[in-house]
Amino acid sequence: MIKLWFKSGVPWIWLNAAAVSTCLIMIVGVLGLVTVRGVVHFWPHQVIRLSYQEEGKPPRIIIGEKVDTSITPAAMAKSTGFKMADDEETLVQYLIKTGNRDLTGTDFLWIQARNVKEQSAPVDLMVIERREWGNFYGQLLEVKEDHKTIATGTQAWPILQTKIDEALAVFKEIAHLEKKEIGAINYALERLRLKQRKLELQNSLDDAAKQEIAAEKAGYEVDYKQYQAQLATLYQKIRRDSLVATTESGATLEVPMAKVVRAFQPNAMSLFDKMVHYGTKVVEFLADDPREANTEGGIFPAIFGTVMMVMMMSVIVTPFGVIAAVYLREYAKQGFTTRLIRIAVNNLAGVPSVVYGVFGLGFFVYILGGNIDQLFFPEAAPAPVYGTPGLLWASITLALLTLPVVIVSTEEGLARIPSSIREGSLALGATKLETLWLTVLPMASPAMMTGLILAVARAAGEVAPLMLVGVVKLAPTLPLDGNFPFLHLDRKFMHLGFHIYDVGFQSPNVEAARPLVYATALLLVLVVIGLNLAAIVIRNNLREKYRALEG
Amino acid sequence: MSAQQARTHAIDMSSVLRGKEESQHPNETCIKVENLNLFYGEKQALYDINMEMPKKKVTAYIGPSGCGKSTLLRCINRMNDLVDSAKIDGKILLDGENIYDKSVNVAALRRRVGMVFQKPNPFPKSIFENVAYGLRIQGVNDKRVLEETVEKALTGAALWDEMKDRLNDNALGISGGQQQRLVIARAIAIEPEVLLLDEPASALDPISTLKIEELINELKKQYTIVIVTHNMQQAARVSDYTAFMYMGELIEIGTTSELFTNPVKKQTEDYITGRYG
Repeated sequence: MIKLWFKSGVPWIWLNAAAVSTCLIMIVGVLGLVTVRGVVHFWPHQVIRLSYQEEGKPPRIIIGEKVDTSITPAAMAKSTGFKMADDEETLVQYLIKTGNRDLTGTDFLWIQARNVKEQSAPVDLMVIERREWGNFYGQLLEVKEDHKTIATGTQAWPILQTKIDEALAVFKEIAHLEKKEIGAINYALERLRLKQRKLELQNSLDDAAKQEIAAEKAGYEVDYKQYQAQLATLYQKIRRDSLVATTESGATLEVPMAKVVRAFQPNAMSLFDKMVHYGTKVVEFLADDPREANTEGGIFPAIFGTVMMVMMMSVIVTPFGVIAAVYLREYAKQGFTTRLIRIAVNNLAGVPSVVYGVFGLGFFVYILGGNIDQLFFPEAAPAPVYGTPGLLWASITLALLTLPVVIVSTEEGLARIPSSIREGSLALGATKLETLWLTVLPMASPAMMTGLILAVARAAGEVAPLMLVGVVKLAPTLPLDGNFPFLHLDRKFMHLGFHIYDVGFQSPNVEAARPLVYATALLLVLVVIGLNLAAIVIRNNLREKYRALEG
Repeated sequence: MSAQQARTHAIDMSSVLRGKEESQHPNETCIKVENLNLFYGEKQALYDINMEMPKKKVTAYIGPSGCGKSTLLRCINRMNDLVDSAKIDGKILLDGENIYDKSVNVAALRRRVGMVFQKPNPFPKSIFENVAYGLRIQGVNDKRVLEETVEKALTGAALWDEMKDRLNDNALGISGGQQQRLVIARAIAIEPEVLLLDEPASALDPISTLKIEELINELKKQYTIVIVTHNMQQAARVSDYTAFMYMGELIEIGTTSELFTNPVKKQTEDYITGRYG
């Protein structure tokens, strides 16, 4: 009976279906977890106020967001030192985000549910996102202008919002001046210095050149003075206002308006308000620079760095891989050597990526980059230009890492093209090269794109080799900006994968950063999917165009 | 064999003597094969072939599968060069010039000797681009010239009326018979002297086959045509001369009517009467 059942093939089908379902469940699980945890992060949570008293200690007020609950069996709780009553079966603990790190030294607090005497959610509880020290939780007392109180109590709230908007506008102006204008001047001055040094090294620094450089320098310095003056007034303006708030313990704290990113009262917000808040937070996350050791603010530089690096990698790896595959398949005499090369290429795909990182650092950065510096940038010494990890080396290292997949899939594509097509072209008087360029390569282009898709998928997710050849925790400037020559391949850059590692495991405040890890992971997945989709759309168009002969 | 060799030699001599001014003479030799042997590695595929193909006539090769007729055809435009193991000795003279000479530019030779294969092999491009392909390779990019040539070639392949409104459609979207005529159009667009047809109708239905045969009758006014076919009726219908090959050897060549009605060799007679093959 059982034998018959086995023979019928039903168990085999069940086994296959089970394997597929397991894969599906795991994929959906990963995406689901990351999405839920990441997406929820930006939603304004309720802020609660708790009256709390632990045994033998004075009562206190706790204000904050409840972020986690843990339930421990009584026996286990007892063994870790909690006093448990006989009728208690479990110990319930809440993790409260209390913020105010500048006052209490911590952002988070574990409390025991049984000690909570009273819980409420007053509408006037306020959350302030600050540029330093994390969130502030408390109640608004008054708003000050030039050290004089201009509003208190309920009127203070709307005035606070306008003051914050003003301060943000000024802050934006300051950032623009410092990063763009003064940044450009500094960049130009550095270039001038290098130019002078270069002339010196060539022994052609005559008086005329000196004068020219000095004149240019003076011009920049005039600009710089002007910007300095502008900055001074702006700083004065932004430092003028402040707000005063009371904390949970009743202490007052004065927060300068310059340090405030936004203030909101989550308990008083309507659903619509919350949605607007959510939207602005998401936009900030996508478009802003990170703050506070990457644990707050946006991750735009990391997105930009990732996409930029993957694109550079694609630009490098595609021609290389295609040319190598064309040689192997079309020109090389098939035999032992080509077989050996193919085996080697296939095995390269299995080399751990960190090995490529080490190779990239040792060969590209130190040897190639070092020699480039000696040859072309002697004026910059001892500071390295290309002799240090940067975007170019990271892209090349990843191109090397992904080269095998491009070669293998291009070769497969070339092999699939029917010989009748080649013969047809040759019979019309085309040379082998013309046949390749006019028919064979276009027809193999979908296969090349497949290789590129695999390469992009692999490269975008790589972290280990990048840590050695160019990714940093915080890059002050993007690799692409308004300063000549616009694309700075020598610069270090930020990367989503490394950002996840850094925020999740290297930040001073892991607990606070955890939701951000999920959000960043979600974004990394989306970026990879986006890059892949773009490549897939291109490939499908090509496929449609070069639909090969059947058979 | 020796009698035949003497005959071909005589024709050759006479055509040389006639000189250039009489190049329109109906029996002028276009292609002459001399002592051709072909080896695939160790295996010999063609044995000492000697034959002539007259200008602006249709010569058909018949014979059982594997007898070397396609191989011989592919020697005429040096398609066998693509096979690494193929080794050729002997000569093929095209207008008196040995195409296996070291100085011959193979691409240029193939422009003079067009070829159509057994299975239609249009490129995955538009119909227009398929026909214009050969010209584009020669560096012709003038739109007017291209359009004129494409129209002429498609008309020549009896395809213009069907295709004139869909020149920009993908060539893979048309029927097999149309594809084969498109491939012929593609070959005649570069105005070769010789057209090699390798079983051009074997993958087609009877109606498409008929169209191809009519087309061959038209084309022979302008081109020297060599056709390989399995189908003896087809050879009888379209060709002026027929060569019968067997096991890599040329058994007999003569005018089609003579070969089919009064074969010299016993083997030929056996084959055309269906006793083997």
